[in-house]
Amino acid sequence: MATVTATAPDTRTFAGTAWSWITTVDHKRIAVLYLVTSLAFFMLGGLEALLMRLQLATPESDLVSAERFTELFTMHGTTMVFLALMPLSAAFFNLLVPLMIGARDVAFPRLNALSYWIYLFGGIFMNISFVAGGAPNAGWFGYAPLTDTAFEATHAIDFWAFGLQILGVSSILASINFIVTIINMRAPGMTLNRMPMFVWMSMITAFLIIFAFPAITIGLVLLIFDRYIETNFFIPEGGGDPVLWQHLFWVFGHPEVYILILPAMGIVSEILPTYSRKPLFGYAVVAYSGAAIALVGFGVWTHHMFTVGLGPIADTAFAISTMAIAVPTGVKIFNWIATLYGGSISFKSPMLFAVGMVSMFIIGGLSGVMLGSPPIDSQVQDTYFVVAHLHYVLFGGTVFGLFGGIYHWFPKFTGRFMHDGWGKVHWLLMMIGFNLTFLPQHMLGIDGMPRRVHTYAAEMGFDLWNMMSTVGSLMIGLSFLIFIINALRSIRHGEPSGGDPWDGGTLEWTIPSPPPVYNFAEIPIVDGRYPAWDIKRGGGHTGAVATAPEADAEADEPDIHMPNPSYWPIVMAAGMVLAACGLIFHQAFILLGAVLFGISLLGWIEEPSA
Amino acid sequence: MTADAHAQHEEHHSSTGLDNRKLGMWAFLGSETMFFGSLILVMLINKHNTLGGPGQEVLDLVLTSFTTFVLLTSSLAMVLSLAAFRNGSLLWGRIWLGMVMLMGLIFLGGQVYEFTEFVTHKDLTPSTNLFGASFYTLVGFHGAHVAIGVLWLGTALVYSFRGRFQPGMDMWGIELVGLYWHFVDLVWVAIFTLIYLI
Repeated sequence: MATVTATAPDTRTFAGTAWSWITTVDHKRIAVLYLVTSLAFFMLGGLEALLMRLQLATPESDLVSAERFTELFTMHGTTMVFLALMPLSAAFFNLLVPLMIGARDVAFPRLNALSYWIYLFGGIFMNISFVAGGAPNAGWFGYAPLTDTAFEATHAIDFWAFGLQILGVSSILASINFIVTIINMRAPGMTLNRMPMFVWMSMITAFLIIFAFPAITIGLVLLIFDRYIETNFFIPEGGGDPVLWQHLFWVFGHPEVYILILPAMGIVSEILPTYSRKPLFGYAVVAYSGAAIALVGFGVWTHHMFTVGLGPIADTAFAISTMAIAVPTGVKIFNWIATLYGGSISFKSPMLFAVGMVSMFIIGGLSGVMLGSPPIDSQVQDTYFVVAHLHYVLFGGTVFGLFGGIYHWFPKFTGRFMHDGWGKVHWLLMMIGFNLTFLPQHMLGIDGMPRRVHTYAAEMGFDLWNMMSTVGSLMIGLSFLIFIINALRSIRHGEPSGGDPWDGGTLEWTIPSPPPVYNFAEIPIVDGRYPAWDIKRGGGHTGAVATAPEADAEADEPDIHMPNPSYWPIVMAAGMVLAACGLIFHQAFILLGAVLFGISLLGWIEEPSA
Repeated sequence: MTADAHAQHEEHHSSTGLDNRKLGMWAFLGSETMFFGSLILVMLINKHNTLGGPGQEVLDLVLTSFTTFVLLTSSLAMVLSLAAFRNGSLLWGRIWLGMVMLMGLIFLGGQVYEFTEFVTHKDLTPSTNLFGASFYTLVGFHGAHVAIGVLWLGTALVYSFRGRFQPGMDMWGIELVGLYWHFVDLVWVAIFTLIYLI
């Protein structure tokens, strides 16, 4: 039987420390792994973006070749979506979901570790392509027939297709884990309608992932068959239909944008009440709006295909559903604003990022409604207007929200504050740099500058806007450096924060920072939406964190039952990714990967998990 | 895993009263629904896309009706197996488990025969036309699911000889593979109806 003392890592040696991280199944440590890895990939994707911006700073520049440029925009999109923002959200799921619902870990701790290792190896696998004969170059959407062997005979597309399959497995496993955790492991009294809004959004995101990813899984399977066993699913000469790929991709791809934004919305819904010292306005409506966005989000995908020629009926129907999704989104925004109204607001850095998220997301949402109209979309399709729109929602929305979350929960991760002054500098530089980068791209798009083209002629009149955009992107890069330095410095030298630095209302603020490995010495009993506020203010609720029936009040800490560390997750993940390598490099890897997978599966089953 | 550890685990309460593993299985099967849904749609789109080559007429309705009947019956055996284990009859639990495996293997055998027959005598390969490509992909993925199910049933059978599923113990190991098996069965009902019958 495992005890806390048994799972405590031997951190006296470097090897012991490394081993404890490799075998960890603790959701908080996995959260740190997700956070560090996703920020590293965020930096990589950012460097790719900067290279593109430097190339586009002046007309007819030849800093980056056309071929390299296609690799850069493909890998920038793929990296940011699958390797940076989704895993950064996953870092928050891992850290916060068990803490917010009063659980000691997720439902399947080893599966959680497996999700992380698959993600890490899958990300490395995809990026190996840069030094193994060429990176993926057909766009993050990989439109057929660009991905056909006739147009790309190297393994560039195979890296992309297998890489996305691997990352899809990671996402689906993690989502199943979080769905079960949220539905099944809430503390007594934590009804669905008392869950913190971040937990609501995590659950909705997890459902989106398990229902949306299979579509791209099938699309990629068919693509791999086209490339490996000469089927013709997307090849018109063989009777295939490239538009089928677009459908399969966007049936996944549109829910994917909500997968990216809903966690940030959840974070903002936690930050705004905390720094306004008011409960979230219209809690139930905000929760159900999130669910409505997710549901309608499955019925809007062909607005990415207005110019394909599906006909006026299809275009009209999908334009209407696209406009309809603005309603629940708008509802959320009004509720956030109403949360601020009359509150006693303190503008700490998390709050600045949260307010920045709401305001930038409004701009992105408005250009989204414009693009949802087929006549406008036909005009600006494939121009920088679309680039500007998607960055206002994914950068202005998701990235601002997630950074706000990092500042807000950094004390919970580490027990120390991030420097608030430098946080504000980060925010200001990022806010100015972001708008300088992407506001001019609206004008470029309306002026007709096409996306994904590596240069432009001097006489087109694009020079000024492009130069502004490049300067802005360098400012974003600088702001990120400030953030990294601030974070690294704060880990060791930040001001100690204590367990509840912000007067938070949710359960994670009732325990010390960083949380003990078992999270809650006693499982709390919940009787409101802001249990920590109830405890601190006492008013109206019985509000005490009482001993749950199954927890022994006399329990010594070492008797709390925690899962054992395990090395099988990393072995299994290695097996899966090695098998994918085998399909590209040498078939011996397939055998090796399969053997590793089989051994780890047996080891996994035989290992006492609890 | 020792019986003690299991007893310990059973004591944990869940918010819904449902076992975590079972709830996780339901979530996984929800995801699988979209997986097979996408595959079936691709098949329906390409059902008559034969480029003048072999199409739906090559499907052997008699053989497949038989294997379909066998697969559907295996779900009954699965139910009986779980019921027997629950009633404390290890012997009948194992017998019915073996029967499920046997029927799964008969189904797979029929499919292997069907595939080789199509490739060797009916000139239908995955690269012949999109009817062939979609057919092999859909039915192949379903077959792979049946094969994994048979392996999984096999491990359950082995574990029944290693101290699991004894009278009075929890049966989630059987319940999980049962859920999976019924789902794979149900998917076949859809495939058989949409691809073979109409």
